[in-house]
Formats: sequence, C-alpha cells, structure tokens
Amino acid sequence: MSDLTKLTIAAAREALSKGETTAVELTEACLAEIEAADALGAFVHKTPEIALDQAKAADARIKAGEATAMTGIPLGIKDLFCTMGVASQAASGILDGFKPEYESTVTQNLFGAGAVMLGKLNMDEFAMGSSNETSVYGNAVNPWKVDERALTPGGSSGGSASAVAADLCLAATGTDTGGSIRQPAAFTGITGLKPTYGRVSRWGIIAFASSLDQAGPMTKSVRDSAIMLGAMAGHDPKDSTSANIPELDFEAALTGDIRGKVIGIPREYRLDGMPAEIEKLWDEGKAMLADAGAKLIDITLPHTKYALPAYYVIAPAEASSNLARYDGVRYGHRARLGSGEGITEMYEKTRAEGFGAEVQRRVMVGTYVLSAGFYDAYYNRARKVRALIKRDFDEAFDQGVDAILTPATPSAAFGLGEMAEADPVQMYLNDVFTVTVNLAGLPGMSVPAGLDAKGLPLGLQLIGKPWEEADLLNTAYALERAAGFVSKPAKWW
Amino acid sequence: MLDHLAFESPKPARIAGAKEDWELVIGMEVHAQVSSNAKLFSGASTRFGAEPNSNVAFVDAAMPGMLPVINDYCVEQAVRTGLGLRAEINLWSAFDRKNYFYPDLPQGYQISQLYHPIVGEGEVIVDMGPGVARRVRIERIHLEQDAGKSIHDMDPAMSFVDLNRTGVALMEIVSRPDIRGPEEAAAYVQKLRQILRYLGTCDGNMQEGSLRADVNVSVCRPGAYERYMETQDFSHLGTRCEIKNMNSLRFIQAAIDHEARRQIALLEDGGAVVQETRLYDPDKGETRSMRSKEEAHDYRYFPCPDLLPLEIEQDWVDAIKAGLPELPDEKKARFVKDFGLSEYDAGVLTADVEAAHYFERVAEGRDGKLAANWVINELFGRLKKEGHDITESPVDPDQLGGIIALIQNGEISGKIAKDLFEIVFTEGGDPAVIVVERGMKQVTDTGAIEAAVDEVIAANPAQVEKAKANPKLAGWFVGQVMKATGGKANPKAVNEIVAKKLGL
Repeated sequence: MSDLTKLTIAAAREALSKGETTAVELTEACLAEIEAADALGAFVHKTPEIALDQAKAADARIKAGEATAMTGIPLGIKDLFCTMGVASQAASGILDGFKPEYESTVTQNLFGAGAVMLGKLNMDEFAMGSSNETSVYGNAVNPWKVDERALTPGGSSGGSASAVAADLCLAATGTDTGGSIRQPAAFTGITGLKPTYGRVSRWGIIAFASSLDQAGPMTKSVRDSAIMLGAMAGHDPKDSTSANIPELDFEAALTGDIRGKVIGIPREYRLDGMPAEIEKLWDEGKAMLADAGAKLIDITLPHTKYALPAYYVIAPAEASSNLARYDGVRYGHRARLGSGEGITEMYEKTRAEGFGAEVQRRVMVGTYVLSAGFYDAYYNRARKVRALIKRDFDEAFDQGVDAILTPATPSAAFGLGEMAEADPVQMYLNDVFTVTVNLAGLPGMSVPAGLDAKGLPLGLQLIGKPWEEADLLNTAYALERAAGFVSKPAKWW
Repeated sequence: MLDHLAFESPKPARIAGAKEDWELVIGMEVHAQVSSNAKLFSGASTRFGAEPNSNVAFVDAAMPGMLPVINDYCVEQAVRTGLGLRAEINLWSAFDRKNYFYPDLPQGYQISQLYHPIVGEGEVIVDMGPGVARRVRIERIHLEQDAGKSIHDMDPAMSFVDLNRTGVALMEIVSRPDIRGPEEAAAYVQKLRQILRYLGTCDGNMQEGSLRADVNVSVCRPGAYERYMETQDFSHLGTRCEIKNMNSLRFIQAAIDHEARRQIALLEDGGAVVQETRLYDPDKGETRSMRSKEEAHDYRYFPCPDLLPLEIEQDWVDAIKAGLPELPDEKKARFVKDFGLSEYDAGVLTADVEAAHYFERVAEGRDGKLAANWVINELFGRLKKEGHDITESPVDPDQLGGIIALIQNGEISGKIAKDLFEIVFTEGGDPAVIVVERGMKQVTDTGAIEAAVDEVIAANPAQVEKAKANPKLAGWFVGQVMKATGGKANPKAVNEIVAKKLGL
C-alpha cells in the first residue's frame, strides 16, 4: 500500500485486519517520515526500537485474532506523558535526562490495546504556552505554510499537532489545560478532543494545573478521536479525580444523525475585533448543523469575560505548587554549587537554570496569587468565578441545549517569533474560547472546518455536556461530514 | 451512662514575678502518628527502623506525574480518635496543600487539612488527682502527611535525606488554650496518649516520635483568663510563643516553666512578648527563637486539586462508634462503682490499657478490692523490680486470679499467698496445685489448732497470767501459734481459740 502514513486509525484498522498491510510496515513508513521531518521539530525523542518491537507484537496479536481497534496503530506521545525508560521531560531543562520507572495510565492503556509508540512529541515547557515556543528543545513548526513565514503549530501540544498534520504518525496524545489540544488542532487542520475532567486518568502525566489538566486524542478524523478516546479512557483507582462511570462505545455513537439536537450559540463568544473570517466560519458551521437538522438557539454565558483572568490565576496557582518538586534534590537537573553555597542556593540556581522564562513567570504569578493578603482577592475570587462559569453552562444545558458551537481560536496560526516582543497577555488571548471548557470540566472538540483567505486551516469548537462525549462526537461527526475538510499541507520539509 | 467521675477544676499554676503574680495559659498541638501499616496517600510501609529510603513509593518521592490516593484506614483511625475525644465528626472534609521548600518534603508541599478538618470540637478530661481534673477543649483534629528526615551529621559537607517517614499519616490534635500549668500540660499529653492507646489509633511512642507536641505558652495577670473564658476574646490573653516539636513529658514541663518565666521577666521589664516560634534546648534548659512572625513562612495554603473532598457516611461513623472500646474515663468510673475501688486505685489500674485488661480478668468473679491490691502492690511492684511491663508479666491473670481465689476461700493466708506468688512468678504453675503439692494450705481444723494453743499455754504460764490481766497480750499467743504451725493456721480461728482458752 502507498501513503500508509496518511491513513486514519479507522482505515489502518481495516487494512491491518484484511492483511493489506502489517503493523511493522505501517511503523516503518512512519519512522521513515519522521526521519525526514526533523525540520518540523515534532519528535524530540524517537523510539524506533520500541516501536518495531511493539509493531511485531501487534502483528502477532492481529494474526491471533486478538486485535483491538488500536492494535498496530503507530502513535506519537506528548513529552508530558511518563513513558517507562524513555525520556519524559515535559520539554523542560529541569527534567534533563529524566527517564521514569513507570508508565502513565494513558500510555499503558494504549500500549495494552496494542498501539505502537514512535517517540515523544514536542510541546510548550510544562504545557505552558500557545505556540510551542517555550520548549527547551526549540519550537515545533506547523506543516502548513503559505509564504516564507514559519508558522506555529499552536501549543502546548504543538508537536502532536504538527506530527499528525504532517502524517508522521496516525494519531497522537495531547493534553489540554486551557486549550492545549484544541488550539493546535485548529491551527493544523486536525481533530482534537478534550474529554470531561475525570474521563481520562492523570496518573503518570506530568502535572501543570491538576484541576484543569485532561489528556485526549489528536487525530485525523472524528471517528479516530472516538476510537482513540475509547482506548485512553477508563476509571483509574490511582487517580482520585478519575470518575468511576461505565465506559461507552464512543465509535458506535457516530451515526451522523443530529436531527432535533439543540445547538447553543453563545453571544458572549462574539468578540470585538474578531476577524471577519472567524465570524464567517462560525456562521458556516451554524448553517451546516442547521442543515443537518439541528435546532440552533442563542444562549448566554454571562461570565465568559471573566474566564481568561480566572484561568490565569487558578492555573498558575496550581502550577506554582505542582512545580515545587523540581528542586534538584532527587532527579533531573541540579545546579553546580560554589563553595560555601547550601540548600537555598541549590534551589535558586537549579530552578533558575532549569525553568524557562514562561514557566518562571507563571510560578511567580501563582506564588503571588496564593500569598497571604492576596489569596482572597485573586485565588478565592477566581474560584468563585469558576463556579459561576460552570453554572452558566449548567443553565444552558438545563434549557435543553445538547452542544455549544463556538470558534476554536480567535485567529489562524501565527508566525513563529511574532509574539516574542508582545505582552504575554496577547499570547494568553489565544485561549479565550477554550479555557471556559476547562474551568467547567466539560468535554470540548476542535473540528477543522475551513481555510482562511491565505489558505490556513481554521477550526470550530463544539462543547458538550459532562460525560456525554459520545453525543458530542456524533455532533462533531455531522459537522465534519458537512464541512468536508480534506485539505492537507503541501510538503516543504 | 456514667462517662466520668465528678470533678472540680484544679487551681491554675501561679508564678510570682519580681513585681506581681502571673498565670500561665497553654494550648497544644499534638502530632500523633496514625497506627496504620501503610502511609496516608501511598501503599508504602510505615515500619519504624527500616533501612533508609526503603519504605518509599513513587508518590512519596514526588516523582513527576504521581498522585496521592487516600488510605481509608487512616481516615477510619482519625474518626475513631475523634469519637474517643467525644468530638464532632465532619462528614465532609477536604485536603489542602501547605507549601514550603525543604529537602525532606519532596513534593514541596504537605497535604493537610487547614480549612475543613475531619474532626471538630471535642474534649479531654485531664486527671490532676482524685476529684480534681481539667476539662481541656479540643478545637479540631486534622489528617496530614509527615515529612521525611534530614540528616546533617553524617558528613561534613553533605546532608542526607531519609524519606521513610515521608507521607506517614499524622493526626494533628489541636487544643484550646485551656491548660493552666506545666504539670497540667504533661498530664494532658499523658491523658491523650492513654486515650489513643486505648483506641489503638496511635502507639504513643514518644521516643520514636509517634507523639510530638507543639506547645503555645502565654502569661497573663490573675483574672484575665476568666474574662477570656466568658467572652472567648483572645485579647484578654497575653501574646503567645510556640515551642516546637517536644517529645518528652519532662522537657514539656521544663520548657513551659522556662518560657513562662522568660515572658514574665520581659513584661515586668516593660518589654513585650513577640509572637514567634521557639525551640527548647534540653542541655541548656532554655528556649530560643527559631523564627519570628515577620519571617514566618507564607505557606500559601490552597485546596489540593489532586484529591476530591473527603465525604463519609453517618452509618460508617456509627459503626465505628459502636465498635469503640471502653475508654479510660468510663473504665475508671466503672471500676470505682463496680469493684468499690478508690478513685486513686482505679486511676492506677486504668492508666495503661493492657494493665486495665489484666486487672479485669483477675477481678472477674472475685473480690475486686483484693484483686486491685494484688495487681497494684504485688504484681506491679515485682514487674517494676524486673523492669518488665504488664505485657511481659510471667504471671498471667488466671494465675494471679487463682492465688486470690485461694485467699478468698480461706485456703491460704495473705502471708502464704505472697510466698505462693513468688513461686508462680519465678517458676510458673497452677497456684491451686502448688499449695497442695507443697503443703501450703491453711490449717482450719480446729482440733489441730486447739492442740497447738494448748501447747503454747502450757509452756508459758507466766504469760498466761499477764494476758489474763491485760487481754491485749493475747496477740502474743496468736503469734506463737502461727509460728508453731508455720503460718498455715487460719488466723481467725487461732484468735477465737486463744481467747476462749485464756478465758478472755
């Protein structure tokens, strides 16, 4: 077969089961693409030996008739996931050389289902960023390119997005704390799903902001997201926030029939100064869902405007505490000390050397908002806002809304380095449509829906009810079919 | 139900300063290690004395991506403790992170319960002598993780860290400032330790650090405390200092006494007490400043996002309550009531749960007062001499009970019983069999006693005359008869026969 790496999970599954290809062939094809794609900076640790061993085992499993939907599917794994014996650094210098002695629940679930790991994927350091530029490895690059400018693949799961969009792998894992799956998916023309908080175990995923972090699939189609979510999800007693609810067959929900479904259009998501192209895309999305038989209603989510500031209090607060363990005492980077220097100098130098500027900024912001005298004004107020944002969504769903349609991002992918001189808040604005979903713990998807005037992909976001990923995926499936997005980046790398 | 005996409050300790009298006000935070085989949030062992860094799970070492999972048994133990202190149990509680950097705190934060502790208000009745006790109010009990151990004296240039203790479950038991002197403070810790040991929720081993106390001390003028108690307004009290990490009752007393005198001297000199954390130096017998309020850590407490709120069911709490053992106050009251013991003796017997159980088995179906005398005077005395505690006693309760039964039945005298006890203590054996085999039984045959009395009367005519004039001298004859019978004659029978034969 040709173009093996371009296959979706669903197509590869069929080809594998029919014997038209093997997991080893698929894996070798991906490894070859990866070798030729260093210019994308997507893979930061390649694991060909592991991949081929897993592929051989997968072929044996397929032969034995014991395959699952993920058996033999070559994946890229975001560097935030701890993978046994393989460098897992969260794209940070402070975890230099760190190789875990344990496997994260998500990767264990995937490998247990027979999936193949091609390597670890680039990301923003500790998942803090929207452009993949805060990585210690250097940035990943968007395979989409319309002029001489190199574009960001988005962040923090920029390596995952770049690798999937460039067909270096069939799919990838991502994590989403404020939009880190959905924004890069939108920037690269792929599908990304952030599940309901608690759907996927956080055990073994390096924490950024524990109450917001959630792992999810980044794939070439809605069906692939359904298949992969099924393999990733499940109750995990090792994560106290993992929900013990019965698993659904997400793929079986994909009928494409959304007749009678109520789609909410939140008026607060129409931002001042929003590019006309984004507005147009949104209108097109509404029309597609209406044509498919859904009923559109205007809804109000009145606390939306407070979401971004609340997020940028809560996430750094949790991060400042979660990142305290990187102190040079037990693993990772430890600064060299001068004579007479002690533990305080070790902490200060280790953390100053090991963390990049954006991580340091957020640790400082987080420390500040939790400090005595500021806690109520910032952290507690942000928590109250969070509760109100959740209530806004609850009220919309109580009105009978099944899903909410919004733009995924306020713009298409921007140029790498373009934001270097900008106020950090400009970068934070990338998350304006996505953070509400994390604050409310809801499932959200980004579905590629069109191209801008320059030919860059744009995505629409669908937000679902808690635990109703199956329904959300089906709505996304209908949108995907209606949008008919088939564009691929022209290969330049 | 009789919970505890009626009591009056003791007088607060008073210290005469150079100018005026002062009173002490003390509150305590006791850290009690929860008796549990596994840590609070990991499955690692809690065994004391293991090789350094051998009882460490990935989460204890704060490896990236590791998450805490609550150990239900530790929660049960905290609830049991709360019930034992007659405290309110909070069905909804939550964990918070207390953030600070130290090498023996791998996470960079301690998981604790600042805002919503699992146990609310309770009380401890601290016995200060028969009929005198202090009621100390408990403000709260919360669950938290212990830190590891930093070792600074193994190498001149390096420090070492042992994470075995990291993450072990602690209960922090916080009292109100109801303790009024150094002796009361020590007695409070002792009473708390006693209750925890009865409950089986903490082994109370202070040497191994299973029980440690932070002591808050302030001084005030007589009368001020009463105004505080009426209003619960702390401004009536003096500024307090906290003496950290005390693990000896003796040092607690000495530290409080020193600290109170230091504060009084300061105040009488026109100075002011600065709120701060202090350490007690037992070698110098003084406290010194650790850090002041200004340089105090800002712990940046916030709800731990890795853990859901801890929700427990009333039914579960009720089941734990139903399974609670009888506690020291109740047991003591019952010993006084059922066995007719003095409050003092009941207090001695209930001080240790093992000793109380031992006594109850000895006393069951027998004369309680007699049993108490034997356990307290003979057994405890003999054990102390050998350096044994009650669990190591070579005489089991059935054996001691056997001896007491022989006394009660008049088969042996008290004096013979002591010999018998010594035999059982050193050689073992069934007391009832030993008295037969070794001919130790009391002679109750009046014929044999009469013969012995006749013999003594016949041999001592002069004494007989004296005794007839002065009946008090009859005792001399009784002694002679006892001597002649090797102590086995029943003293009551001898008394009667001597009196009869002498015509008294």
